[in-house]
Amino acid sequence: MSATTEAAAPQKPQTPSRAQQVLREILESSTLVVIMAIVASMLIGAILIAFADEEVRAASAYFFSRPGDTLSAIWEAVSGAYTAMFQGAIYNSNVDSFAGQIKPFTQTLTQATPLIFAGLGLGIGFRAGMFNIGAQGQIIIGATLGGWVGFAWHLPVGLHLLVAIIGCALGGAIWGFIPGILKAKTGAHEVIVTIMLNYVALNLLSYLLSLEAFQREGQDNPISPTVDTNAQYPLLLGDQFPLHWGFVLALACAGGVWWLMERSTLGFEFRAVGANPRAARTAGMNVAKGTVLVMVVAGALAGLAGSAQVLGTEKNLTLDVAGSIGFDAITVALLGRSRPLGTVMAAILFGGLKASGPTLQVQAGLPVDIVFVIQATIVLFIAAPPLVRSIFRLPAPAHEKEVAA
Amino acid sequence: MKLELRGITKRFGDFTANDSIDLVVESGTVHALLGENGAGKSTLMNVLFGLYDADGGQILLDDEPVVFVGPGDAMAAGIGMVHQHFMLVPVFTVAESVMLGHEEVRGPAKLLDLDAARARVKEISDRFGFHIDPDATIENLSVGAQQRVEIIKALSQDAKVLILDEPTAVLTPQETDELLEIIGQLRDAGTAVVLITHKLREVKAIADHITVIRRGKVVGTAEPTASQEELASLMVGRDVSMTVSKDAAQPGDPMLEVENLSVVDEATSIKHLDSVSFEVRRGEILAVAGVQGNGQTELAEAILGIVAAAEGNVKLDGEVITGRSIRQALDAGIGFVPEDRTEDGVVADFTITNNLILDLYDKAPYSKAGAIDRRYASQNAAEQVERFDVRTTSSEALAGSLSGGNQQKVVLARELARDLKLLIASQPTRGLDVGSIEFVHKRIIEERDKGAAVLIVSSELDEVYALADRIAVMYHGRIVDIVSPDTDRDTLGLMMAGAHEEEAA
Repeated sequence: MSATTEAAAPQKPQTPSRAQQVLREILESSTLVVIMAIVASMLIGAILIAFADEEVRAASAYFFSRPGDTLSAIWEAVSGAYTAMFQGAIYNSNVDSFAGQIKPFTQTLTQATPLIFAGLGLGIGFRAGMFNIGAQGQIIIGATLGGWVGFAWHLPVGLHLLVAIIGCALGGAIWGFIPGILKAKTGAHEVIVTIMLNYVALNLLSYLLSLEAFQREGQDNPISPTVDTNAQYPLLLGDQFPLHWGFVLALACAGGVWWLMERSTLGFEFRAVGANPRAARTAGMNVAKGTVLVMVVAGALAGLAGSAQVLGTEKNLTLDVAGSIGFDAITVALLGRSRPLGTVMAAILFGGLKASGPTLQVQAGLPVDIVFVIQATIVLFIAAPPLVRSIFRLPAPAHEKEVAA
Repeated sequence: MKLELRGITKRFGDFTANDSIDLVVESGTVHALLGENGAGKSTLMNVLFGLYDADGGQILLDDEPVVFVGPGDAMAAGIGMVHQHFMLVPVFTVAESVMLGHEEVRGPAKLLDLDAARARVKEISDRFGFHIDPDATIENLSVGAQQRVEIIKALSQDAKVLILDEPTAVLTPQETDELLEIIGQLRDAGTAVVLITHKLREVKAIADHITVIRRGKVVGTAEPTASQEELASLMVGRDVSMTVSKDAAQPGDPMLEVENLSVVDEATSIKHLDSVSFEVRRGEILAVAGVQGNGQTELAEAILGIVAAAEGNVKLDGEVITGRSIRQALDAGIGFVPEDRTEDGVVADFTITNNLILDLYDKAPYSKAGAIDRRYASQNAAEQVERFDVRTTSSEALAGSLSGGNQQKVVLARELARDLKLLIASQPTRGLDVGSIEFVHKRIIEERDKGAAVLIVSSELDEVYALADRIAVMYHGRIVDIVSPDTDRDTLGLMMAGAHEEEAA
């Protein structure tokens, strides 16, 4: 019966792939590791700041005769830079008025708003086993549809904003539905489809902005008319601060996502499909339906991130409406371990890093790229929990230890 | 060569996995290490093999104390190990696999000397009648053949002591018999064999000495002449009945009717199931026997709708259920215990509580206004954990942290929680220890006595005999015959190879 030519039983489909395992490991990394990853990247950032600083370089030329100069220059540069970051992102003690002092923090929250939305959507996908790279495209399409509703339609106060927000969510949802249905029906891998759809979305927007219907009157530039005041998010703390009601909506969405994933039957299904699609299927869950729904919800949330831009901060459509939010949100979701609270915290951290960019440049005379390097090293460390654990000599999580058999 | 373990102790935190264990193995003997899952057998062997550091005790080879820092030392000293989960590279050939880690090179360019490896594989294979082609690719080999490759690999390193960790857990009955024969040959050739197992039949069939371990301690030694009951109670620590008592079946109306059911693999056009027809009545257990891979898995999955039927239909209580979704089939009253519980039965990252409602989460009382009512879920978990004696610290523990037997109890508890018309259970006790097997069998018989039709798929003949009211034997996707459980083991064995009852008897 067991001749050597006998074929082994055919492999069943849908066993979790390597990518999914890596993803799960990242999600399971403990909070401590996340914090340590931030610390480690700040340390590496400090080294880079030291290298980038001109005085440090000047002092290091005579390092061997007066090493103290170099060291104090390094201290000046690093502490100066991180002070500048703090002042640019959280609290500016250099200004007299209270409003001026807390303005940086409201800027941070404003920058965090779209990241919260998009990060929440991505987090749902990650927990459901979908590596959605398409937030960027979903934001663009959401912003395009919602923005168009905002400037082309003219509706009464209240209603206009509501319709425009729904437009944003709908646009994103449509852009999420496409990879979802393709995966469910044909097995097309969501990573490839979503990446490609990002390009499609960007170029579609580029085309639309070349049409008269999307351009400002009397202009040929790819910039849309400003959305109606009725369709803009009202400012949350008055004219002095940029923070708008989109932030409150983002927090409400975080609560909603928490309920969806932790309490609702649909979230139970999402999580089961993500953790073990085969067992979910055997238990009677409709995996294809789950896949599509997850992508639609994730897309809608990314679309709302578009609304924070087009109806809140930017107030018009340009090719740069999504910035790099869709990609930063991936980091935010991973950093927040795909949990709503974590995502909000991570988004605020990233919002702070972004908001501090200009201050860092002006006050500390450092290139803004340092901020990007710090962001990138955070991602790098988050993606390699064992690396962080070995740097800080943290113990391995329990499930990695071999238990007696 | 004589291998002796003296007072081996191994702790993991507060947990003592091995508590001063003594063991002596002499060449030309088979020493069985018998114990339930989790008794500490594998830990002991990993200590011996240099994978774990012992917290106490000594290893002696021919009365000389030795220290193994890693598997390399153990192998160099002549100890070979075949793990329960094979350590083979799927895309390598047999010769490459055997050479892996001990590559020989030739010529100035230091090319791999595959010819030498091939010759060695062939020599060992011929000596013991393994029928292994050195150029076959590992992934194309059956599980039994892969295991023989592992044995060849150990022997090619001149292993004088061969440790086999649960070697029959993955084998069919035929392959098991072949392996036992191979073990006999190795012993006759002077190898010392350590057989780690919890299967009593094998121990009785081949072992010269038996050491029984329970909760990390040696609880006794026994002779192979001891009865299965004696060995089982030594192993479990209480009296165990090897055959669950059951009353004669009271079959009622047909509950499950399968008519000309066929399953075809679309990619390869292989017929996994070839117009199979049978019926199972209320209050009756039909056990499907057969060598793994003869269509039993597909049969169970086709009835539930996990794989699509190419032809034929399935009736449950008179209603055709073919073509319905899995959810509809479950709702119609089918309970399904999948063959591969870790892949298909539980979500390892979910708590026991959530696993227990994996197919009930959207039904009352667990679902209320689109949300899961966690009070009912925990209440249900508390009841089921109690009723099915799931050994866990808390029902909020992850299912992945449970032993195989306890995972199976979770699956069974979930499936039996609904009112069932039909219970389908594939390999319900695979990899379980004696105590759990008894428990699972009792529950299955209870379900039958409650009036459900029960379909069991099992490649363990002991299990088939323990449960079946009728036995259907499958071969190459067809049902060879349906026979009474009085049919003897040899006849059934021949039928499993395709012979009809008349020819076989």
